[in-house]
Amino acid sequence: MEQFFEAILKPWPWYVAGPLIGLTVPTLLLIGNKSFGISSSLRHVCAACIPANIPFFKYDWKKEIWNLVFVLGVFVGGILATNFLENPNTFVLSNATIADLKALGIQDFSGLMPADLFSLETLFTAKGFIFFILGGFLVGFGTRYAGGCTSGHAIMGLSNLQIPSLIATCCFMVGGFAMTHLLMPIIFRLF
Amino acid sequence: MNNLKEIKPKNSINLAEPFVCEAPNDMKKAESWTDNIKYLVVGILFGIVFVKAEIISWFRIQEMFRLQSFHMYGVIGSAVVVGMISVFLIKKFNIKTVSGEKVEFHPKKSQKGQVYGGLIFGLGWAITGACPGPIFAQIGSGYVVVIATLLSAVAGTWTYGLLKGRLPN
Repeated sequence: MEQFFEAILKPWPWYVAGPLIGLTVPTLLLIGNKSFGISSSLRHVCAACIPANIPFFKYDWKKEIWNLVFVLGVFVGGILATNFLENPNTFVLSNATIADLKALGIQDFSGLMPADLFSLETLFTAKGFIFFILGGFLVGFGTRYAGGCTSGHAIMGLSNLQIPSLIATCCFMVGGFAMTHLLMPIIFRLF
Repeated sequence: MNNLKEIKPKNSINLAEPFVCEAPNDMKKAESWTDNIKYLVVGILFGIVFVKAEIISWFRIQEMFRLQSFHMYGVIGSAVVVGMISVFLIKKFNIKTVSGEKVEFHPKKSQKGQVYGGLIFGLGWAITGACPGPIFAQIGSGYVVVIATLLSAVAGTWTYGLLKGRLPN
């Protein structure tokens, strides 16, 4: 039993986390006939709060409220895991990544996020504008334009053998590689 | 025959365009507030997995895009395999939902948006270290600054809705 709790507190390996995430697909389908997808929650927020007479936001968002309840759950899960299931050991990152990011100017590797970047002080700088404001905008705009994100396309779409989802997933990866290898070195050099 | 097309189904809302959602609610039976607790619980478990497998980490996303760790590929790959097997079994044995309904699947149409939008999201994913799911778990984990990312993502979604008619798709 003690070993079990020890294993729960340690970071979960991919072969535990991946299948659990995959099981979300049949769980949502079977408990409520819901297709898995998270980025639609952002659209429901727009429809509920700022529809502004835009046709894309004129629909019965209340019927889709399960999606907002689901992301509220993800938020609560984040609180619970961080406060009650905290990893007792230090965060382990591959040495190659540490070396690459050090070269870009990141210094703090102690947490899940680089503390020198993910702080409120950074938010109101040009760097924060690119990493949070512009970055968040690209996430919201891109996922809606693509019709889904990692969950709706990569997991639900591929599970249902959808070619458009495969194309979308490949483009997610290409975009990510381009940002990491081509644009990020330039962005970090700006500051 | 043409007349038939003009008849609108009863009880439907007058939509300006057909509502297409990647995560639609296909349940025929109306659900009450208490029914939503199910989705809250699944969401909580999902959030815990996100944090414990460190999927919410900006560093893990960097490791993935630098091909310096198998972790994220293992997570996404095994999730897809389990999802595929589940969907296959549901279709093959015509498994019904708990309330006895037929499970609905939605074929996706190929559109230019999957390429343009996909590339745009990919750029944002690498720089923020967040897909829309992990964003919520990051905020729950105490990274307050990510609230800005979330609000900006809502603004991005809204801007897409505004420009939709003028974008190639």
